[in-house]
Amino acid sequence: MTQRPALANVPVVSLDEITKTFPGVKALDQVKLDLYPGQVTALVGENGAGKSTTVKILTGIYQPNGGTIRINGEPVTLNTPDDASAAGITAIHQETVLFDELSVAENIYIGHAPRTRWGLIDRAEMHRAARLLLDEIGAPLSTSAQLRDLGIASKHLVAIARALSVDARVVIMDEPTAALSHKEIEELYELVEKLKSQGKAILFISHKFDEIFRIADRYTVFRDGAFVGDGRIADIDEDGLVKMMVGRSVDHIFPERDPVVGEDVLQVVGYEHPTEFADIGFTLKRGEILGFYGLVGAGRSEFMQSLFGITKPSKGVTKINGKIRIIRSPADAVGNGIVYVPEDRGKQGAVIGLPIFQNITLPSLGRTSRSGFLQLAEEFKLARQYAERLDLRAASLDQDVGNLSGGNQQKVVIAKWLATQPQVIILDEPTKGIDIGSKAAVHEFMVELASQGLSVIMVSSEIPEVIGMSDRVIVMRDGRIAAEVSGDDLTPETLVRHAAGITAAPQPQEA
Amino acid sequence: MPFKLIPMRETILAGAIVVLLALIASRFPGFVAPSNLANVFNDTAPLIILALGQMVVILTRCIDLSVAANLALSGMAVAMLNVAMPGLPIPIIIAIAVMLGAAMGAINGILVWKLSIPPIVVTLGTMTIFRGIIFLISDGKWVNSHEMSAAFTGFSRTEILGLPVLSWIAIATIAVFGVMMSRTPLGRSVFAVGGNPHAAVYTGINVGKTQFLAFVISGALAGLTGYLWVARYAVAYVDIAGGFELEVVAACVIGGISIAGGVGSVGGAVLGAIFLGVVKNALPVVNISPFWQLAISGSAILIAVAFNAKGGGKKGRIILKTAEVSS
Repeated sequence: MTQRPALANVPVVSLDEITKTFPGVKALDQVKLDLYPGQVTALVGENGAGKSTTVKILTGIYQPNGGTIRINGEPVTLNTPDDASAAGITAIHQETVLFDELSVAENIYIGHAPRTRWGLIDRAEMHRAARLLLDEIGAPLSTSAQLRDLGIASKHLVAIARALSVDARVVIMDEPTAALSHKEIEELYELVEKLKSQGKAILFISHKFDEIFRIADRYTVFRDGAFVGDGRIADIDEDGLVKMMVGRSVDHIFPERDPVVGEDVLQVVGYEHPTEFADIGFTLKRGEILGFYGLVGAGRSEFMQSLFGITKPSKGVTKINGKIRIIRSPADAVGNGIVYVPEDRGKQGAVIGLPIFQNITLPSLGRTSRSGFLQLAEEFKLARQYAERLDLRAASLDQDVGNLSGGNQQKVVIAKWLATQPQVIILDEPTKGIDIGSKAAVHEFMVELASQGLSVIMVSSEIPEVIGMSDRVIVMRDGRIAAEVSGDDLTPETLVRHAAGITAAPQPQEA
Repeated sequence: MPFKLIPMRETILAGAIVVLLALIASRFPGFVAPSNLANVFNDTAPLIILALGQMVVILTRCIDLSVAANLALSGMAVAMLNVAMPGLPIPIIIAIAVMLGAAMGAINGILVWKLSIPPIVVTLGTMTIFRGIIFLISDGKWVNSHEMSAAFTGFSRTEILGLPVLSWIAIATIAVFGVMMSRTPLGRSVFAVGGNPHAAVYTGINVGKTQFLAFVISGALAGLTGYLWVARYAVAYVDIAGGFELEVVAACVIGGISIAGGVGSVGGAVLGAIFLGVVKNALPVVNISPFWQLAISGSAILIAVAFNAKGGGKKGRIILKTAEVSS
């Protein structure tokens, strides 16, 4: 390492016992986080640990329900993003929030452009200042280039320049390397070193352990919205960090089950997509629950959507019951006994505005009609059958599905698919955002489905759920299958290791 | 059967029409005489038919601004056909008008489905093109009543059970649409596509194709109305039904068809059309300038939309605030 300013002991920003609740969920529970000038602090945690919520609180987008934010020891409130940037806190976001139709300089200075004395934007001064900033970070971009014409990496540099255009004391980098190539990542590291040498405090959020150990001076670990520990990177190793991330108490008992696994139902061979995933192949057996674990962005949902016929894979073969089936549309998938319960049920699940029974029969209209006309009595019969099977709580099946709670809406969506009598059901994050009671119901129901001979694919980012429910787990990383884990190897450590791509595993990997 | 035949919004609109009729009747009792009401209904029949087609389009989150131009072109085409071949039976004339209209609707539908051009742009374009084609095929000349055969102009005025055929066609259209929207997979798909296109995709419904079919339906009805219009007024020229597309959209909006798609009913579209029909027919009777008609229609649209926005407030709420929590 090159020369480094003496490590200051006083945090420039500190979060103290910060709590943030959303209806029904505690996103952050009395967390603490200290950022020191001239140091990089890595914020580490699984999906759902509360990292993004923390960023949003630091940048004034969310207001905490409790706790204190201190800047140089003084308590402050950050009510708006403006407050945060006035306090010198600036963020480079996961998805760069920039304007395609504006120039590089305009993007950097939008919202705080230099003005002439008439109050108009001083374009000359703006381009001059933008030039300085871009030179400082070593970005060979024209200030008048249209953002639309730039590549991802260049856009990222613009975002960084934008973050530095306010007099920043604290720079938050939320997964900054996710979209960058190897060379660009190296350049980013240099930039981080430069910012450190200028005495800026950097909050670095990443899932990649190699870069955390490469670049961070300190770490803070969150788990399920709670503070777990912090310290100096020099004092910890990968193992220690993984243990802190996953070592949680079992807060939920998973249903007992005796898997009776039958013959092969679904075989997927060599599925490939130009940008999202490659070389996906596996076999699913009758009555099996197959878990898909991975970090957000590992390509799990993208692959499932392809399997379901929504996006077209560039390559790949699907065999159902040993026969090759071509799936080009969701209708083909449903016709072949594959159904998909998407993650975002608000957007992709229930049709708000239609009554419950019509939501349930929507994919089964062929079965509930006679010579082209829908039979309402049949529809009600079918809907009632599955509503009862799922213990759906609703005043009447004629009620608008929008009036149901999240858990009950989820049941409507599942009922809709069961009514098509599928062989394979894909559940994408089936319990995300629902309360613990509904969660247990969904879990029990999955076991029941499997015991009735249905094959279940469960995409989940919750480690306890993945381990508690799955017979076998496929871990995906960067669009590929990183590992297949089952039996005694099915531990939180193994899953996190494979998902994050830590090669030096202490236990032998499964072939 | 726990199925709401007359939802709340429609009841309120029906009430508004009754109040309106009562107000007019208090000064001009003749207006509410059954024979006059039948005349009003007959006069409103084209609007009702077109509003039903427009309703299907709007339910799928689209809009069809080309209906009036489609009507005029289909009308001109069958009028010229009648002049050229006066012996052609009326059912064949009607079939040709419907097919022409459906073909024009299919053009709209294909552009929306396959090229993903916004419907408002597509139909604004085809609207102008259709009007242009009328000019080209007619040379800008009128087809007048004396050139049309007696059967051509007489058909829609023939009375059956005291009502003209035009009225019966509107009633039949209402009945067909009532069944189609509530009892066929297509009708259900239309609501699903407009209510939640993403969910519809996952359900195996082809969103683009459903929108295409909606345009074909709207076009076919415009074609049908084209013949009826030309026959009723016994004249065809470039500008017939100019601007009528806005009245059709207005009828839908007043009838509670959500412009955002997915919400609406056959009853609503019909009542919306009748409301406009009553206003239009009553104003000359009560001796109010026809310009007021525009102001009244406009106010009715705003009131109806305000009503729907309030009623629909619950619909847009975010059920899953917690989805944001994940990091």
